[in-house]
Amino acid sequence: MITRRDFCKKTMLVAGGLSLPLAALEIFDPKKLLAEKADKARVRWVFLVDTHKCVGCGFCVKACKLENELPLEANVARTWVERYVVTRDGRIYADTPNAGRDGFTNDKIALGLGKYQQVKKENIEKAFFVPKLCNQCENPPCVQVCPVGATYQTPDGVVLVDRSWCIGCGYCVMACPYGMRFFHPQYRVVDKCNFCYHRISNGMKTACMDACPFGARRIGNIKDPGDPVTKIIMRERVGVLKDEYGTKPQVYYLGLSKEVK
Amino acid sequence: MKSHVWRPLYLVLGLIALVLIARLFIVPKGFGVNEQGYMYGFYRKANEAEWKSLGAKYKTSEYCKNCHADKIATRKDSLHAAIPCENCHGPAGNHPDNPPKLEIDRSRELCLRCHAYLPYAASGRATITGINPEMHNAGIECVNCHNAHNPKREATR
Repeated sequence: MITRRDFCKKTMLVAGGLSLPLAALEIFDPKKLLAEKADKARVRWVFLVDTHKCVGCGFCVKACKLENELPLEANVARTWVERYVVTRDGRIYADTPNAGRDGFTNDKIALGLGKYQQVKKENIEKAFFVPKLCNQCENPPCVQVCPVGATYQTPDGVVLVDRSWCIGCGYCVMACPYGMRFFHPQYRVVDKCNFCYHRISNGMKTACMDACPFGARRIGNIKDPGDPVTKIIMRERVGVLKDEYGTKPQVYYLGLSKEVK
Repeated sequence: MKSHVWRPLYLVLGLIALVLIARLFIVPKGFGVNEQGYMYGFYRKANEAEWKSLGAKYKTSEYCKNCHADKIATRKDSLHAAIPCENCHGPAGNHPDNPPKLEIDRSRELCLRCHAYLPYAASGRATITGINPEMHNAGIECVNCHNAHNPKREATR
């Protein structure tokens, strides 16, 4: 037979016991943390590339390599310029010799393995240049796959790599649909375009933007409605690369063509 | 219950304790979940500041203007006014302290980056005067005849 006193005691014990572990066991709630991502940050860096203006001089690639201490001779680059030549019979040629570091100074399109293709002027349907750089995705797949937390998204939207913590497993290199990541030949860890984080955080522009004489590359803050880049992205016809991957890339292109992958 | 039954449990507990202690020393300070949540924001916070503190090597033409305003003035109404100084003169770095002298790229290849003719009407290249590098005074540096700062003026060399 249970007494009233015992019943009350045990009820309180069970209630207390139930409520305590519920709070204590809640180590983390990813959904809640993601919701908190809807943020107070006032800056979200984005990039705007105007392919109409690009002439394929490659000054951006050279400046990027020197600014970010990538050996000019190394066959890796944080940014590059691609040339697309579409012929009248529907063939598409694309190349980026040395990432476009020395510009495009002749009409020999590299096919790889030392082979070149020349397309006569009258056979060209359209030809143009497309600069590429890290898209600083809103949903960066490269960050999701990092097993050690060496790569991450900053509150202002740029994806960085912690050089002291990267183990060089290369998962992120495989995960990036845009092929933006590579191994740095000297630091021996993964490297990538970070919108020249040291420059944009200190009131400067990216090295590639400063090197471009034609205004083909521009950086902006999408959270500032008065930003000229934001205005263009909001009001004009811009495209992004590989939208179907759901990565929400934040490099916007004016004059994108369906041939560009 | 006999102690040999408990022994594996102690072993496992000991291993867990060892891992936790080792973790204290190995995991750097400030490592954890930051603003972007578990999926994108799991990192060492101090790394952001490390990236921010890297010095810029390209200082832009505004920096050059501080001492070389006269040179900038010669380009003011030039077709080449939009080209940043450092594209040909190289990154300023901490010039004039380090490097004391910049190495100017006067090569033909530099000019050809824009001025080699390519029949690409859809690109910006179509708006620039282009030459055939093999026909147009092959092997001679462009600056021998052309003024790089202001192409409409006489060459200075």
